[in-house]
Amino acid sequence: MITFLKQYFKDIYQAISSLLKGMKLTGYYFTHHKEIITQQYPDNKSTLVLPERFRGEVVMLHDENNEHACTGCSACELACPNGTIKIINKFEVNAEGKKKKAIDAFVYHLELCTMCNLCIVACPTDAIKMAQTFEHSVFDRSLLTKQLNKPNSKLREGVE
Amino acid sequence: MLRLENISSFIHTSLSNHLSETSVLLLEMTIIALAAITLFALLGLILVLMERKVSAWIQIRLGPNRVGPKGIFQTAADTLKLVLKEGFVPDGADKFLYKLAPFVVMIIAMILLAPIAFAKNFAIWDLNIGVFFITAISSVSVIGILMAGWASNNQYSLLGAMRSGAQIISYEISAGMAILSIVVLTGSLQISDIVASQSNGWWLFKGHIPALIAFVIYIIAVTAETNRAPFDMAEAESELTGGFHTEYAGMRFALFFLAEYINIFIVCAIGATLFLGGWMPFHIGNWEAFNHIMDYIPSSIWFLSKTFFLIFVIMWFRWTFPRLRIDQLLQLEWKYLLPISLFNLLLITLIAIKGWHF
Repeated sequence: MITFLKQYFKDIYQAISSLLKGMKLTGYYFTHHKEIITQQYPDNKSTLVLPERFRGEVVMLHDENNEHACTGCSACELACPNGTIKIINKFEVNAEGKKKKAIDAFVYHLELCTMCNLCIVACPTDAIKMAQTFEHSVFDRSLLTKQLNKPNSKLREGVE
Repeated sequence: MLRLENISSFIHTSLSNHLSETSVLLLEMTIIALAAITLFALLGLILVLMERKVSAWIQIRLGPNRVGPKGIFQTAADTLKLVLKEGFVPDGADKFLYKLAPFVVMIIAMILLAPIAFAKNFAIWDLNIGVFFITAISSVSVIGILMAGWASNNQYSLLGAMRSGAQIISYEISAGMAILSIVVLTGSLQISDIVASQSNGWWLFKGHIPALIAFVIYIIAVTAETNRAPFDMAEAESELTGGFHTEYAGMRFALFFLAEYINIFIVCAIGATLFLGGWMPFHIGNWEAFNHIMDYIPSSIWFLSKTFFLIFVIMWFRWTFPRLRIDQLLQLEWKYLLPISLFNLLLITLIAIKGWHF
């Protein structure tokens, strides 16, 4: 009987103290609601700061001479788990009369991309990276298939 | 100074000067009905917005903030949407009961408004069995819920309604015990007497620890009686897709939704009247200056602020505690709240007989 009563009141005490603990936490949140984590997205468009590791889409880096670092090795194409990247190569004849492999089109299907970052890791020459853009909605699905190398861009000198 | 009792007596005298007694009574009843409906509409708008804001702030969100400044017109826009929605009746439903149920729930909430003292000398009907009237009428509201659940011809609705019935009948007892403890201390069932007995201090403070226990039990029991989380077994969105109002849409659903908030307001108003002194200002012993400043605040403000404080506490519960299972719910009532409240009532009676309260 005594042990039963002991257990009974212990249960009540534990229940009340744990409930009060929960209420203390939510009460803290209620009084500190100004420390919000929610982004006021369309309003703060101009001051929006995204986290450093945010992945929006794959882009190819071009310098001011319209040159990129993609050798067309297709390591990214092999690394991609769901066939997002398709690299179409061509052979250019350079000044010394040698044939050299270069990319014709770096085709990127944004609609298939899961932003897994494996292509960026796989790239031996750091030619591609993840951009922070995220407003990707379009009215036609075909618009999501992109060619990442700019027209008439060339492989940068010295990149093998 | 503009006081609610002055307004009501002004209306009464100016009507009595021109009209016969019967027509005055009829006119005053119409005015009261209109005022009650207006109060309900306003309360619905305010409490729903308050609930959404409180829940948002507790979850570190922002809550509604688009319609109007800081989102204050959000609930008005929601109401407009609900009014415009089609109110259909499902096939196989008991049409008459289906249509009647929301009104039953709503009218019972409206009747409960009668004995509540909103300000000094300002109550619709200060009858001598006020507290008993409230407990008696509030237990009828389960019929509306059972009616809705049965008439919908839907197994989820029926389950929700049955759970609600079991729950309300169970928790009625401990709520009654908690109310009874204050009746024992006051020695009267009349609301105005109960408020007057707290002029030198609220029962929550005057009645020592047993009054505090009664207050806690009352809050837990009325949270269950109004079908609020953590006791919202009647709705139980995750199990019963909405419980007794699964089949309801449009304005009929809005009436259930409104009745929930009105019921919260009423039980909090009663809690404030019984334990927190109703419209009585907060006084501390012999601090004359402090007491005088407190007296200057209108009694209606005191009543409303106490009520809204209790409403906030109940909302705080909702957004903090996880929902109980139905067996845990009944276990809590029959194995914990009922024995404790019975023993507590005994203690309170001892205090009242010996005159140990302040």
